[in-house]
Amino acid sequence: MAGLALKVGLRDMFLEGSRHVSELGGYATVSGSEAWVDALNLKHKELNDLLREVVSQGARDITVKNVFGQRYIGTRLNGIFGCKVNLSIFGTAGNDLGAFLNGQKLTIYGNAQDGVGNTMNEGEIIVHGKAGDVAAMSMRGGKIFIRNNVGYRTAIHMKEYNDKIPVLVIGGTAQDFFGEYMAGGIVILLGLGLAEGKNHNANYVGTGMHGGVIFVRGNIEKSQLGKDVGIYATDDRDMEIVRQYSGEFAQRFGLDTEEILQGQFRKILPLSKRPYGSIYAY
Amino acid sequence: MYSYLLPEFAIERKTERCIKCRVCERQCPVGGHKYDPDFDAMLSYEEVCVGCQRCAVFCPTGALCVQPHQSQYKLNYSWTREKLQDLKKQAETGGVILTGSGNDKPFKVYWDHLVLNASQVTNPSIDPLREPMELKTFLGKKPDSLEIDLSEDGYEIKSELNPNKMIELPVAFSAMSYGAISYQAFLSLAMAAKEMGTLFNTGEGGLPLEMREKYGKNAVVQCASGRFGVDSEYFNCASIVEIKIGQGAKPGIGGHLPGEKVSFNVARNRMIPEGTDALSPAPQHDIYSIEDLSMLIYALKEVTNYTKPISVKIAAVNHVAAIASGIVRAGADIIAIDGIRGGTGSAPKIIRDNVGIPLELALAAVDKRLRDEGIRNKCSVIAAGGFRCSGDVLKAIALGADAVYIGTAALVAMGCTLCQKCYTGKCSWGVCTQDPYLSKRLNPEIASAKLVNMLRSWEHEIKEMLGGMGINAIESIRGNRDHLRGVGLEGWELDVLGVKGAGE
Amino acid sequence: MAGYERKNSERYLPDQGREACGLFGVMNTSGKRFPGNVAISAIKNIKVRGNGLGGGFAVYGIYPDYKDYYALHIMFENKRREVKTVVERYLTENFNVAYDEQIPTNPQVSLFHPPLVWRYFVTPEKKGDEKDFSDDEFVVDKVMHINTSIDDAYVFSSGKNMGVFKGVGFPDEIADYFLLDKLYEGYIWTVHSRFPTNTPGWWGGAHPFSILDWTVVHNGEISSYGTNRRFLEMYGYYCTLYTDTEVMAYAVDFLMRRQGLPIEVVSKIFAPPMWDTIDQMREKEKRLNTTLRMVYGPLLLNGPFTVIVARHNEMFGITDRIRLRPITAGAKDDMVYLSSEEAAIRSVAPDLDFAWTPHGGNPVVVRMNSTDHLLSMDNSI
Repeated sequence: MAGLALKVGLRDMFLEGSRHVSELGGYATVSGSEAWVDALNLKHKELNDLLREVVSQGARDITVKNVFGQRYIGTRLNGIFGCKVNLSIFGTAGNDLGAFLNGQKLTIYGNAQDGVGNTMNEGEIIVHGKAGDVAAMSMRGGKIFIRNNVGYRTAIHMKEYNDKIPVLVIGGTAQDFFGEYMAGGIVILLGLGLAEGKNHNANYVGTGMHGGVIFVRGNIEKSQLGKDVGIYATDDRDMEIVRQYSGEFAQRFGLDTEEILQGQFRKILPLSKRPYGSIYAY
Repeated sequence: MYSYLLPEFAIERKTERCIKCRVCERQCPVGGHKYDPDFDAMLSYEEVCVGCQRCAVFCPTGALCVQPHQSQYKLNYSWTREKLQDLKKQAETGGVILTGSGNDKPFKVYWDHLVLNASQVTNPSIDPLREPMELKTFLGKKPDSLEIDLSEDGYEIKSELNPNKMIELPVAFSAMSYGAISYQAFLSLAMAAKEMGTLFNTGEGGLPLEMREKYGKNAVVQCASGRFGVDSEYFNCASIVEIKIGQGAKPGIGGHLPGEKVSFNVARNRMIPEGTDALSPAPQHDIYSIEDLSMLIYALKEVTNYTKPISVKIAAVNHVAAIASGIVRAGADIIAIDGIRGGTGSAPKIIRDNVGIPLELALAAVDKRLRDEGIRNKCSVIAAGGFRCSGDVLKAIALGADAVYIGTAALVAMGCTLCQKCYTGKCSWGVCTQDPYLSKRLNPEIASAKLVNMLRSWEHEIKEMLGGMGINAIESIRGNRDHLRGVGLEGWELDVLGVKGAGE
Repeated sequence: MAGYERKNSERYLPDQGREACGLFGVMNTSGKRFPGNVAISAIKNIKVRGNGLGGGFAVYGIYPDYKDYYALHIMFENKRREVKTVVERYLTENFNVAYDEQIPTNPQVSLFHPPLVWRYFVTPEKKGDEKDFSDDEFVVDKVMHINTSIDDAYVFSSGKNMGVFKGVGFPDEIADYFLLDKLYEGYIWTVHSRFPTNTPGWWGGAHPFSILDWTVVHNGEISSYGTNRRFLEMYGYYCTLYTDTEVMAYAVDFLMRRQGLPIEVVSKIFAPPMWDTIDQMREKEKRLNTTLRMVYGPLLLNGPFTVIVARHNEMFGITDRIRLRPITAGAKDDMVYLSSEEAAIRSVAPDLDFAWTPHGGNPVVVRMNSTDHLLSMDNSI
């Protein structure tokens, strides 16, 4: 390749071929405060542009069908017109569903992938299925309800401040590093699908945890816990919290709260607010 | 356990000058001076002295002299005093040794082996005092081509442009979080950045609500592994959003802001309970690979509605050029590269002193790699890590940087003396502390004026140097390695830097 | 400097390729062949996981008429005919070439700097001592020779009744270019969408990487690359591409083909359980895992990865031991899918019987006429 060297240059896999929102009219119908969007073959940005567009036309209850992995759904609805939007999503929601979410409500009829509610601030995410890895990562407010299981590193580095306390309720079980680095928030792991006599999936639960609480229903062995946490019996005040959020969970998925509460709950708490306070020489 | 450590500093008090005014006692946050009423004498406690020189500067009669302690172990080039002291400290505590500020080991400072050019005869130098000298710099992605139409009322740009941030001079303040540094120091940086039309960087401690409206336009806000104080309003109030992957002082590891530094206000800003450790994990747990980075870059573009350039800050490490290429291809608009001499508020000393590569080599490699691949215009490159003067800055720009971040230099301008004890939170100069008694020593009006003075002087110096080369716009020196020559460098070093030896 | 050869120093080796990717694999466990649209649409769904600098497919069962011949796919960079002549002379010296042709491409698709790509259906013609080698070893040796000794020629596929198609572009563009959806049917399709930061713009650098009928598509960056590579070099595997994928392919070849270990064991070498997990195992299991770590420690693949490996009648997917990279499996009747994202599977098979994400390090093994893949649902979510 002497002379003029060939260079491949840069291709933007994310934006390449994206159509302008004005060309996407055929994918949405708005009627008053309601809207219907067909996401089939829409690219990530196209779908989010379109959602913004229908909200600007007054839609507040939006149904999105044929979602196959589009990312960041709900993220860009933050702060426009200061309104709250209800999104009902049918299909498989893409990664970073509701990342940085700030008050919207997302209901997914299907599974969600990695990064559900990443660094979410306010609002609600309901998943009628399972969620992938790092759900509720760095979540700092709002609520997430996941009907089935969750993947690795769920609730990692969740935080709370004063009365702004995020809540995550999981119907099934979780994989490893559950609640790692947790600095606040309430996490409830219900283990509803666990077979008789089977432990929860997760190992290294609560490694580096230094705030918040994890309530667990169903068996979990001490060896499954990280070294920075302990497991304790719940008291009445704990059970009030569990009752409230299990109730909200049950209500969203049409389950029976009392049946859930019949299980044995225990709580996982950090042993210290400063798990690494003593590893340094000053 | 009786400590076997030698004192690091000796405090010499000239008794004939000392008037026992007790200023030193009040100024010293670690208890190095105490008045003894029984003997009516000022006593020194050398074992706690960190050599910050606060007492020496503030002693009204010049009675104090603080200098490295004369006691020495037997001279040994391998087992230095520092190595012995560290071993003893670890034997006494079992801990990882912490330190603050940048690498102090004698790695080659390449800036000191590069010299700049000047015009002689064949083209004229320019007098910056009389003629315009332009330093305006754009940070962000540039298109490969522009589509321009001629309409009735002139030319119209048809192409959709990516967001760019214009700064008045190619020097911005590096990421230093409120929490690591005091509110006063943080505010001073913001005020100076605003006055000079450049940027300050929030680090990962959030941006206090009351500062957003006034200083947001000059803010780079970070989204780092701890995600402290991060929400959509935080991103949207700023000019640039920066994903922090790494830091030159501690590549590959996270950070722990100790509970003592998490005061009421720091807690509020970071949105975590007061007094808890603020833990920044080593990786961002939603980024385990380059395509995950791409995912976060576009998440941030989504949350800012594609209105802000997204920067990615990495530490300079072995494969930095390939990594940088990946970052550009992942969609970043700016790459910040922090070299081995980059500063820190707190890092394990073993990491700070042993991990990473010098900025100069990394910068040269990255710039070349991006040009070779034809994607250099797709991002801006910000160099960081140990810039001490305007000469370093101009050399970096000639190597290929669009702009530089300065951290340590700015702290020094505000009073820091590089005692390297930032991690204790007892900074006597009020820079790196959350103790209100200490932090109020730093008056933001005065400190920001000092920062502005420093930047103005650098600005003048850069213009003088540019003028000398016959260049009157900063873009003409950017990546212009013809204006650099190496002195005292080996062949492989000149190769990596892409610079000729002096006289060649 | 007597005896010291500059080029022998590690210092002068190329860097490890750094890249990340999107992966997809699909197999019909009854061996029924199907066209490429499933794999092509699925990988298109996860386009953002690649950056257009590499895409490729491995397809099994595509050459039934020549199923007993090694199918060599060879690219000639810069389309130099004289190189082709050299290669063909070498082939006729060592093989019986039953048939050869240019691999058909779509002239409508314009891609970056495409090479000339030719395929040869061959059987070995061993001479003298070579008769001691198996056909497979013989073919590997000759392929290595072409790849390391003949400039601008690169054999990128060498198995029987299967083929790799790859190049610079997004995978769907590569599929269009090679007319994959029109010309071929296979019972296993694996796909790779590449996001490289090294060697952009070289067709041979795209994935899948293959050796005989083994193909590997891989996502992630192995931090143990140098250790793995230098260990494999002791056993005669010399890297030519310097990518993680190549190292993985050789490790698979070394452990599975040469040593005959099943993937269930190999997965414990690549992604061993943590010591504190091993400590809690029953004695026999503990001994196995301890011994594997002791013997094959240098083949622990440390750092993030997901890999899909295929050969005739088998496809498996596995992640690193703490699952730093994603994988999801899906099954519908006799179709089994592996993918970086569930959405990619759903986009081509909306009504799955099962969709699951296995535990880190736990392989999903898909075998002909079996339901072994369902075993990985244990501890999955």
